Amino acid sequence: MADLDRTRVPAAAPLAWEYAPAPESRDVVRFQERYGLFVGGELVDPRSAEWYSTIEPANEDHLADIALAGEEDVDLAVRAARDAFENGWSTLPGSERAKYVFRIARILLERSREFAVAESLNSGKPIKESRDVDVPIAAAHFFYYAGWADKLEYAFPNRRPQPLGVAGQIIPWNFPLLMLAWKIAPALACGNTVVLKPSHTTPLTALLFADACRQAGLPPGVVNIVTGDGRTGAAIVRHPDVDKIAFTGSTGVGKDIQRAIAGTGKRLTLELGGKAANIVFDDAALDQAVEGIVNGIFFNQGEVCCAGSRLLVQESVHEQLIAKLKRRMGTLRVGDPLDKNTDVGAINSREQLERIEELVESGREEGAEIFQPECVLPERGFWHAPTVFTNVAQSYRIAQEEIFGPVLSVLTFRTPEEAVEKANNTAYGLSAGVWTEKGARIFWMAERLRAGVVWGNTFNRFDPASPFGGYKESGFGREGGRHGLEAYLRFE
Amino acid sequence: MPQAELLPRDLELPFDLRLPRVGAVDAVALEARAADLAKRSIKQEAKLAALDLAVRMIDLTTLEGADTPGKVAALCAKAMRPDPADATVPSVAAVCVYPNLVGVARAKLGDSPVKVASVATAFPSGQSPIEVKLTDVRLALELGADEIDMVIDRGAFLSGRYAKVVDEIVRVKDACGATHLKVILETGELGTYDNVRRASLLAIAAGADFIKTSTGKVSPAATLPVTLCMLEVIRDVHDDTGRVIGMKPAGGIRTAKQAIQYLCVLNETLGPAWLTPDLFRFGASSLLNDVLMQIRKQKTGSYQSGDYFTLD
Repeated sequence: MADLDRTRVPAAAPLAWEYAPAPESRDVVRFQERYGLFVGGELVDPRSAEWYSTIEPANEDHLADIALAGEEDVDLAVRAARDAFENGWSTLPGSERAKYVFRIARILLERSREFAVAESLNSGKPIKESRDVDVPIAAAHFFYYAGWADKLEYAFPNRRPQPLGVAGQIIPWNFPLLMLAWKIAPALACGNTVVLKPSHTTPLTALLFADACRQAGLPPGVVNIVTGDGRTGAAIVRHPDVDKIAFTGSTGVGKDIQRAIAGTGKRLTLELGGKAANIVFDDAALDQAVEGIVNGIFFNQGEVCCAGSRLLVQESVHEQLIAKLKRRMGTLRVGDPLDKNTDVGAINSREQLERIEELVESGREEGAEIFQPECVLPERGFWHAPTVFTNVAQSYRIAQEEIFGPVLSVLTFRTPEEAVEKANNTAYGLSAGVWTEKGARIFWMAERLRAGVVWGNTFNRFDPASPFGGYKESGFGREGGRHGLEAYLRFE
Repeated sequence: MPQAELLPRDLELPFDLRLPRVGAVDAVALEARAADLAKRSIKQEAKLAALDLAVRMIDLTTLEGADTPGKVAALCAKAMRPDPADATVPSVAAVCVYPNLVGVARAKLGDSPVKVASVATAFPSGQSPIEVKLTDVRLALELGADEIDMVIDRGAFLSGRYAKVVDEIVRVKDACGATHLKVILETGELGTYDNVRRASLLAIAAGADFIKTSTGKVSPAATLPVTLCMLEVIRDVHDDTGRVIGMKPAGGIRTAKQAIQYLCVLNETLGPAWLTPDLFRFGASSLLNDVLMQIRKQKTGSYQSGDYFTLD
């Protein structure tokens, strides 16, 4: 190989190695033709007599007909929950409640392929994420809170923790099963009963979960699942016999909920939007920082409330880092969510895709420079190419508003003080990331960043033992960890 | 501290003055990325293409005290025609042997495309005077080696005498002349990915054509994350200087599945331009038979027992 010219730019390889399709089988899940509401341990037809179609966002195919719960249906669900709360569940010893919660966790793992495929079909997220993140972490939350159920007295010594009653829980479409787990696991462990409304566009894993509850022998009415749209959610929020509302979703709806329950005495936790800064210092391990940036904004197509949607780069490495990032984006595989090699799947709905496209257009108009790698997007379904904007000013809409899509805005900074100032200069405060080889600087930054979660040299890491929640317009209350119990307890 | 008197005048670490640093490696994130790439699902024709490429990239290796002319002759026959029952299976890239057996390999391989690679420089420890190492290299070349696999002085590296490490590589490269030089870092003895990165840069700056993970005599030998770490160095060097450096993971790669994982890491780090035996090799012995078995499986649809593949 003496002929190897030491400065030769590699010629095109003799072999262009294309990965063959590697789809996960969709036969592992069988959906019913239609799903009623899960009330009092049974799937029942809605009194509203209204149904709607839920689809596969990757190709807009119909998956199943879903009940649209009206006020009367919500009322029946709340009554079933109240009945279960009063007649057994709230007074069941913690060690007994723990068994049910533990059993649910086991069932989720045993049926993990089914749940993962269902999640990818209905939400559009890549199977590798639903398989390796959503389902295992959802199960981990049930395992974790099963462990707390008989130790509440130790978690809050001398405060006599008591369950609240009926919890109304409203969850979003980005992590349908995982958000369900974040809500239901601590509620049950603390002795509450729940009425949960999954998102309009992603009801299917919640309905499979209803089946898992039956399989676990959970007493009827402890978990009730009402599907529907915003009106259904509003009916839960306004229902007089609901003791607590837990909501994850947009800041706009969160504010409406807070107004609606003002003065009612209902307890509230809100987990809302975010515009997280991912801050890269010049001493950081750049290749690994690029992985963190990619994970921060392209994980789940960027449809993540804590997505690292603002990249703050120290100016001295800006050029090098952006070059690395663009090349890395070129290797992202966008397409069929069920293909095991897919990195970026479909956007969840047409409505969301239109919002992303509108904000991307505003970024172009305001003068930011756009980059998208070459990728062929499928014709049917809802798709958006991974996108990065450079030359973004702090005042642009794409630097201020939550996009909730695979769109990254890049800004630069010169000093750590400036990084903190720019990172905090937002209405939100859910999460942030810091990339540096200096451990002391991570702590220095974490003290000053007004964000509920600060990741050091990583991003989008979740663990049931770690509390999660926001500052400012990102909401209040914490989910996860011992802190997450407090949202479902009162103290005498 | 020994001076690196043979440093060429144009020697520079391949980063411009704007960023005069080696750069850092984050172990957790590096390993996470390697684990993620290892989950790629390679099927059908993509799998067959990968297996064929893996065969062409193998440096079929025997480095034992018990090596004999007979053993090496058998290895050479296998290298030229890995699967006697299937003529479409290509020959491997090279055989890799100790200097004493270079002559046998050379004679047996004749004018086949299979190269003779020889370890040298007091392999595997490198704990000998430089004069011994240079003589080792010269004699291996005289016996007909096409490629030299040298080891760095880990004792010097770990005690911070980087100039000595560089100096030795420069001298060995000088002795090699136009002959292809692979520099073994022995990553299992370097302790951290930061050290692996630093040693990779030193080896490349000193003239390596290839950087190689391991001798195969130390555990752990090649791993997916350490290979990714070295590929990232190769990528940075190419970005900054245009130089094209090859990579050879060696030791511990025994299954076709592992080989395909390495090829995925290569493909998604350096791109298709590096998917060639000119720029990537596997140092392995038992890997070949597993790859042959998988090729037969892909072509016929059924697995055959190990008895249908020659043990050499």
